[in-house]
This record gives sequence, C-alpha cells and structure tokens, in this order.
Amino acid sequence: MSNDTVGKTLGVAAALCIVCSILVSTSAVQLKPRQVENKKLDIKKNLLLASKLIDNPKASKDEILKAFEKVEARIVNLETGEEVSELDPDKFDAKKASKDPGMSIRIDKDKDSAGIKRRSKYAKVYYVKNDETGSVEMIVLPVYGKGLWSTLYGFLALAPDTRTVKGLGFYQHGETPGLGGEVDNPSWKAKWVDKIATDENYKPIIKVLKGPAPVGSKTEIDGLSGATLTSNGVTGLVQYWLGENGFGPFLSKIRSAGGVSL
Amino acid sequence: MSFKTTLFDPLFKNNPIALQILGICSALAVTTKMETAFVMTIAVVLVTAFSSMFVSLIRNYIPSSIRIIVQMTIIASLVIVTDQLLKAFVYDISKSMSVYVGLIITNCIVMGRAEGFAMKNGPLVSFLDGLGNGIGYGVVLLFVAFFRELFGSGKLFGFTILPLTTEGGWYPANGMALLSPSAFFLIGIFIWILRTWKKDQVEQDA
Repeated sequence: MSNDTVGKTLGVAAALCIVCSILVSTSAVQLKPRQVENKKLDIKKNLLLASKLIDNPKASKDEILKAFEKVEARIVNLETGEEVSELDPDKFDAKKASKDPGMSIRIDKDKDSAGIKRRSKYAKVYYVKNDETGSVEMIVLPVYGKGLWSTLYGFLALAPDTRTVKGLGFYQHGETPGLGGEVDNPSWKAKWVDKIATDENYKPIIKVLKGPAPVGSKTEIDGLSGATLTSNGVTGLVQYWLGENGFGPFLSKIRSAGGVSL
Repeated sequence: MSFKTTLFDPLFKNNPIALQILGICSALAVTTKMETAFVMTIAVVLVTAFSSMFVSLIRNYIPSSIRIIVQMTIIASLVIVTDQLLKAFVYDISKSMSVYVGLIITNCIVMGRAEGFAMKNGPLVSFLDGLGNGIGYGVVLLFVAFFRELFGSGKLFGFTILPLTTEGGWYPANGMALLSPSAFFLIGIFIWILRTWKKDQVEQDA
C-alpha cells in the first residue's frame, strides 16, 4: 500500500509528533533542576567576579559557594531605600517582579537612561562582609539596561562610601562578540576599579567615553572600540541605577547611617 | 559502498563545507574559540548521526508529501535535547554559544544528509554517514577556530600561547581574526589547500 494515503499521512504525522514531544518534554523536565542550579551558580560566580572575591572565571562549584559565604543578600525598597524583611531574598526574582504590575513601576522615558521601561519596586542587594571584623566591605548592586542588541545584566560593586567603584561585571548579554561583547574583557573591567562614580552631591557622573579616557581621570572609562552603542548603554545603565530613580535613596540611607551594620 | 568510505569520505574527499559548501553560516559564528567550536562539533556530530539514523529507520513509512517536515521534526527534537543537555552539563560553554545550538536545526548539512542519504539507505550506514559528515564539518570548524583564536586572542582552548600586548605581552591581537570575514578567508584557504591536494575537486570551467 502506498504511503501517501490521507490516513497514513495523518497517522505518521501524529505518531511522530507524540514520540518527539515525549522525548523533548522528558529531557526538558528531567534536566530542569540541573539547569536552574547552573544558572543560579553562574549568577553567584559573576557577582563574586565583579566584586573581586574570586579571580578565576572557571572556579569550581565549591570555591564559588565557599566565597559566597561572605556575601549576604537583602531586599530593599528602591523608593524609600529601606530594607524590606517580608520578602525572602532567596525567592525574590527581580526579572519576574519587573513584569508583575503589582510589584513594578513604569519609568518615565526621560528618566530611563537604562532603557528598561519598567522596574521592580524592590531589588536584591548584597553586602560583602569582612571575615574578621564582620563589617561590610562592599555593597553589590544588581544593574541592568539596554546595550545595542540586548539587555545587559550585571553587578556593580561599591565601597561603603557609596561613591567608589570596586568592580563591574555582566553575567548575561547578547552584544556582538569581539566588539560590544568586550564588556566581558577582564582588562576593560579592571579599568572600573577605584573609579569615582558620583560627584560630591552623589549625582552619578561616571561615564564610558568614545575612545580612550584621559590619563588620571577618576570618572571616565575607556570606550570599547567599535562598540559605541554598547558603551553608551553601559553608561546609561550605571547612571540610572546609581541615580535617584535607582539605588539613590538606598545609598543615601547608608551614608546617613554612616555605613552598614548587619 | 563500504562502511569505511561512508564514514571517512566526508572528512576530506567529500567534505560538506569544503566541497558542498554547506553549513557556512554557523562556521562563521562559533569559531572565535576552539572550545566553542569543539562543543559545536560534538553537538552537530550527534545530531547529524542520530537524525540520519532515525530518519532511515522510518524511511519506508514516511509519506513523501510530508517527508521534509518529518525530517525537520526529528532534527528539531534532537537539537532541543542537545541544547538541554549542554545547558545542564556545560553551562558556561552553552552560554557562549547562545542561539547557535538552536540554529543547528537550520544547518543544511543535517537536513541534506537526512534527505539525500538516509531516505535511501539503512539505519547503520546512515548513522555512519551522519557521523562522518558531522566530523567533516567539525574538521573545518576546528581548523578555522585554531587560527582565529590563535591570532585573534593569542590563545588555544583558553590557554595563552601568544601573550597579548594588552596584557603585558608582545603580541598585538589581530582584531579581524575575531570578526566573521576572517572565517571566510580561512575557509577559502582550507578549500584551496584541499583542492591543491585533491585535484579532482576542482570545478571544471564552463
């Protein structure tokens, strides 16, 4: 009998779809826990890399978890700058919250230098403790915003004075490899360390230039060559998150309290 | 045709990229580093081999009116499974390959072998044919990646071979090696070498 009868065509198509969908869904469901764990670990690793707690981007799981013991996560209300205790830092997902109308606010276009349109009302911040004294050495803020093609997600580490940058790194982006993708270049990221992010009035002024930054400048970073739009995107998102619509109120709370006490 | 020629012919004698000029798009995209090229090779080898085998297994039942979509469904399912496996076991590499794993679905080599070979041959020989063509693709990929990573970032598999000036060494990186056009040149050079060696691959002037 020919294979081309209507019945047989439908039959083969249906059988194939069932077999393939079982195969695909089984693998997706079975591997999901591992993938979620990988993703979480990757975010932790990038946080540690941005704050220079580890140097090796190929660090093992144990090294990452060990280094992460120095890090403590808190949820803050971005508008008031107050810590929020009713949300669990382990469960809070800023990406999800920024899409939830009850949890997020719309950003006015003229204030939206990060190009993100909406943001969560809350954010997860991290404190890096000193092992011996227990005091907070660094404040790590999650930052994100539009580059050229994609949204860049990363971490910005600040000293307790809230002005000095201790490190910056992105854990997810889709910029052109070799051009905008050079935001991942360790020697470029190293240029951020010990730069001053804001002026005396705590207004963000740090900037990625087009071309090289003047020697000795404390508030300017070399541009990424061939990636002006990605560079501008990084400037925009860092300025947004450090500004009054981002972590500004939180940072000013820290300053008026004279530092962080856990 | 013996199993041996089925498996080894696609490496140089009938290389899918060099002779058939298939699958160029991903050869440009994933060859800036040896590591990603290597993982991509494994992914393509597995997908080509198994999709050819499965297509061949059911070749006598596939109605010819829907045969292309049947092949696509099998290939797409295998690609999704491969992608899931990469995300679960080599997360960092899968991240750097981003969309290109998913794009194996559109790699003409996979489809070409399923339609051109597996529909007419038995499962075992189709499996070997897929394996061979996957490896043939990989040979070119690794050749291109070797030169791009070495000249573009002074490294091989992430280990520094030529210390870069930006990191205090002596080698000024060749930025073009990291951009797609360099892969075109390298594939061109590969084809040139291959056709100088195997003269019968040279196309006749019209």
